[in-house]
Amino acid sequence: MQRRKFIKNTAIGTVALPGILNGFGVTAHGENSMLSNLLTPGVPNDHILVIIQMSGGNDGLNTVIPLDQYSNYYNARTNIAIPQAQVLSLTGTAATGLHPAMNAFQAMYNNGDLCIIQNAGYPTPNFSHFRATDIWMTASNSNEYLSTGWMGRYLNSDFPGFPNGYPNATMPDPLGIQFGSSTSLMLLGPSIQMGYTISDPNAFINNADGGEDVITPGTPPNDKLLYVREISRQTQLYYNSVKNAYNAAGNTNMVTYPSNSLANQLKIIARLINGGLKSKIYVASFGGFDTHSGQTNTTDTTTGSHANLLKILADSTKAFHDDLKLMGKDNRVLGMTFSEFGRRIKSNASGGTDHGYAAPMFIFGTPAASSIIGANPVLPANAGVNDNIPMSNDFRDIYWSVLKRWLCQDAPSLTDIMVRPYTEKNICSSLDCGGSDFNRSNPEVDYVKAYPNPSQTQSVIEFETDGGATVLELMTAQGVKIQNVLQHVYDRPKMIRVTIDMTKLKPGMYYLNFQNGSRRQMKPVVKM
Amino acid sequence: MDRRDFFDKLAPKSLKSRTQKVNRLDVNDPALTPLHITSGLNSYTGVWTENEVIHLLERLSFGAPKEEVDFFKTLTPATAVDLLLNTTAVPASLGLPIKSYSTNTVDTLPNDPDWGVPAGSTWVNTSTNSGSVNFYRMESLKTWWFYNIISQPRSIEEKMMLFWSQHFTIEFDTVGYGTLCYKYLMLLRQYATGNFKDFTKAMTLNPAMLIYLNGYQNTKTAPDENYARELQELFTLGKGPDSQYTESDVQAAARVLTGYQVNTTTNTSFFTSSRHDINAKTFSAFYNNQVIHRPLAADGPLEVDDLMNMIFNQNEVAKFICRRLYRFFVYGNISADVETNIITPLANTFRTNNYNIKPVLDQLFKSEHFFDVLQFGAMIKGGVDFLAGLVRECNIKVPSKTNPLLHQKHVNYLTNSILVGQEQNIGDPPNVAGWKAYYQDPTFDKNWITTDTFSKRQSLINTLVNGGYSNSGFVMSINAVELAKRMTNPGDPNILITDFNTYFLRRTLSQALRDSIKTNILLTGQVQDYYWTDAWNLYISAPSNLNNYTVVNNRLKQLVLYFLSKLEEYQVM
Repeated sequence: MQRRKFIKNTAIGTVALPGILNGFGVTAHGENSMLSNLLTPGVPNDHILVIIQMSGGNDGLNTVIPLDQYSNYYNARTNIAIPQAQVLSLTGTAATGLHPAMNAFQAMYNNGDLCIIQNAGYPTPNFSHFRATDIWMTASNSNEYLSTGWMGRYLNSDFPGFPNGYPNATMPDPLGIQFGSSTSLMLLGPSIQMGYTISDPNAFINNADGGEDVITPGTPPNDKLLYVREISRQTQLYYNSVKNAYNAAGNTNMVTYPSNSLANQLKIIARLINGGLKSKIYVASFGGFDTHSGQTNTTDTTTGSHANLLKILADSTKAFHDDLKLMGKDNRVLGMTFSEFGRRIKSNASGGTDHGYAAPMFIFGTPAASSIIGANPVLPANAGVNDNIPMSNDFRDIYWSVLKRWLCQDAPSLTDIMVRPYTEKNICSSLDCGGSDFNRSNPEVDYVKAYPNPSQTQSVIEFETDGGATVLELMTAQGVKIQNVLQHVYDRPKMIRVTIDMTKLKPGMYYLNFQNGSRRQMKPVVKM
Repeated sequence: MDRRDFFDKLAPKSLKSRTQKVNRLDVNDPALTPLHITSGLNSYTGVWTENEVIHLLERLSFGAPKEEVDFFKTLTPATAVDLLLNTTAVPASLGLPIKSYSTNTVDTLPNDPDWGVPAGSTWVNTSTNSGSVNFYRMESLKTWWFYNIISQPRSIEEKMMLFWSQHFTIEFDTVGYGTLCYKYLMLLRQYATGNFKDFTKAMTLNPAMLIYLNGYQNTKTAPDENYARELQELFTLGKGPDSQYTESDVQAAARVLTGYQVNTTTNTSFFTSSRHDINAKTFSAFYNNQVIHRPLAADGPLEVDDLMNMIFNQNEVAKFICRRLYRFFVYGNISADVETNIITPLANTFRTNNYNIKPVLDQLFKSEHFFDVLQFGAMIKGGVDFLAGLVRECNIKVPSKTNPLLHQKHVNYLTNSILVGQEQNIGDPPNVAGWKAYYQDPTFDKNWITTDTFSKRQSLINTLVNGGYSNSGFVMSINAVELAKRMTNPGDPNILITDFNTYFLRRTLSQALRDSIKTNILLTGQVQDYYWTDAWNLYISAPSNLNNYTVVNNRLKQLVLYFLSKLEEYQVM
């Protein structure tokens, strides 16, 4: 079991929390800031959100593949369909798989570090790249025009009055960071751009990213321009804080990243986080998803331009996640992907797909829920050219959940930021925001029942397995396993009832660790 | 006396303490900015593209709006310069500074002459001693001045006004009388491209100047040398190596100039013979030991002519003024080459033409040297260049003069808030030497850019693009969509970006950067140009459709911000 998740779970019985953390000794020190947040309501958390924009409209149906409807899937897009045997399977589900280029995402999912949001979209979708992008960036309704970005509104809520009074001791760093030559609508606040644009923190120049041209000194015009640039850098309040974080002693990437524009951005983000930069939001982006034609190679549909893009996404994201884990910062970072729309169910004759409705989003990182939110899209038997995947998860539900569960926004500001209320989804832990944990903590998904509890002698434990590998362990409050209560692979969903003997336990708090695929819970039990 | 001694000496009187905001850099080292320009004063006969036109317009006027560039492109370099130098009459469009500082008379008192001036009428003919009224009048005068700059005709006149205001410097604040400062400005305009010798004499007797440099206190019993010193050091001869006048020449000149006083009711200066020193004034060997002596006290004014003739007999006058012009219009550092090939022949032209300014300007601005490509973008924009250029290039509308109060509020914001924040408070330079950028060797125009002024420039553009400056129901803003509409073919993202580059920046951006701007800003990550073209055409086909408008406006705002605020290239001309 991952330590992080154990710690999250233990918060259910907060009485024993300090003892639990102490029990982990040295390795728990990385959790100190989280701990202090837990224990001190109202203290700003140290959570970071990394958003990856996939420009062009990602073909969701070739990204997350509905294996339970494979023939309908195949018939709708014979020229680009992924062969069933090559679809990557996901632990705990036979219904859903991933594109073969995404083995990195497969590993992350199976390790509990990836959450798949099925069919994300919004009512009355817009097919225009520009308008759809603006809708995703502003979190507006389809017929509503907001002049501010959802992240800009969030930052304005957490850091009111910006830029007056900033930087300061509490927030010495940029609120949000984005890459390239453009400032994103997503980070535009009510009165000012809340995002800080960088390319290469060492030079703030990266020709590949197109920040600005390199100028050589020696002529009057160039010398004057270089002078203004030098002053301009001094003007950038955050120039030094970003650069210092990037170049902090011993700060280096711990893994080798693939070589592509997304990885280049994520690589810098990891170093900035590791260097102690307190920025809350990072926005990375890459494009090319507008695959109207030739999205796969004709001889091998598992390869081609779309496969390359998905590989860039998965490999770069996993490298970033691994990097953060080795840096010991992964507990603080949640990631999210989006694309302005999905594509049609039926492929076109030129081996591509046209603009469509809903598509999956990914939530990634150690705090991410290891689950699939929502069912596979239902594909018609004979998909026509105008058939689309309907939205089943409003993307603003996901934004709402990120804001509430990860960025710790409370009720009034949540509605301010999102304009209107949305539905919370279990996309990630909400523990650090003072909420109950996902899956195991949510009363609606209280998988494990124990009675009587507290108990002096014995307790009856009842739970339902979804089938497959199922584990139930009894642990001390310090996280030490006392007993394997049950370990079995079930061939079908089943109700299980076992009795545990507590007579030999010392009085105090214990935990039942239940694991069954995506169903996981730490259930506190008390010996009187 | 060197410059520093000069300031130390002046400090108590007219050098104001300025907060030093710039962080000094190694790049200030003049060794880093060699001037590799060897071209001379031969007439320029090269290409006549947007680049040359914009260079000419930015240097001789304020900013280079696209429509003006297109117009001047139809001329030749020579006819373009001729047109800009054709400043024979005071434009009728100037109007007069008006009482826009009050809707009633609450700011003054019934016994003050300003009481009787109705709001919306001019105050320039009504003198007042009231400090508060004169305070408002100075604001009114400056906004009137700045409005003339941003609504300038095709003429060098407004640029020459700025040049002369930092040459024959006064500080409105010190002079204290709005009426006198108005007359001073009109004198600058009268002689903008006129005869410099006549101009110098008129300035010597100008009431505002008499007050500013204490000429009105200069009497035979208590001579005040202030004006006599600046007349030689700052206004005519300068402190070049060949300017060898002595301290006794300052004293002698002061005695020549005794007897002038100012009538602040009639706004005139007058000569009082009883205050004039009738003794002989003997000058140094630099002036060939000339003696100025008119024994009749009533002939005092003739001695002023004698003094002018004596000073203007010195070759150094023409050289000094040509250097001043060169530094203001062309480049700060004057190399030995430039001294020999540009300044010396220009000074000869100046003297040959009996100190008429226009032939000098004509020769300089039509020269190969002026149009040398190494001059393009080699000067950092001053506050007025930046702000007036921005207003004109982006077609920023200010309220019409038909609503004087509203007009005043907005133009006053630009003049007395933004320009002051840019450290170029027109009418009130830091001291008698004017703004450092025009004389301070070796930094010159680098003085304009500090962390403070630069971030204020960015902040202003951000404000104007994102919502605008709003006051009393009028919003002053940059309309990104309208700006794009003025370009050649805004539906083609490549041409739009090339146009922005051509018209706003003096350097051609790399293809990679232009592609990146296109992809990141106009295409928002898409790869096909037609996404922008379609979005633009949709907007044009139904301009009132909010969806279509929002799509293009969101992207064009980013484009404007990138070119004018993010790219430092916009800061040079």
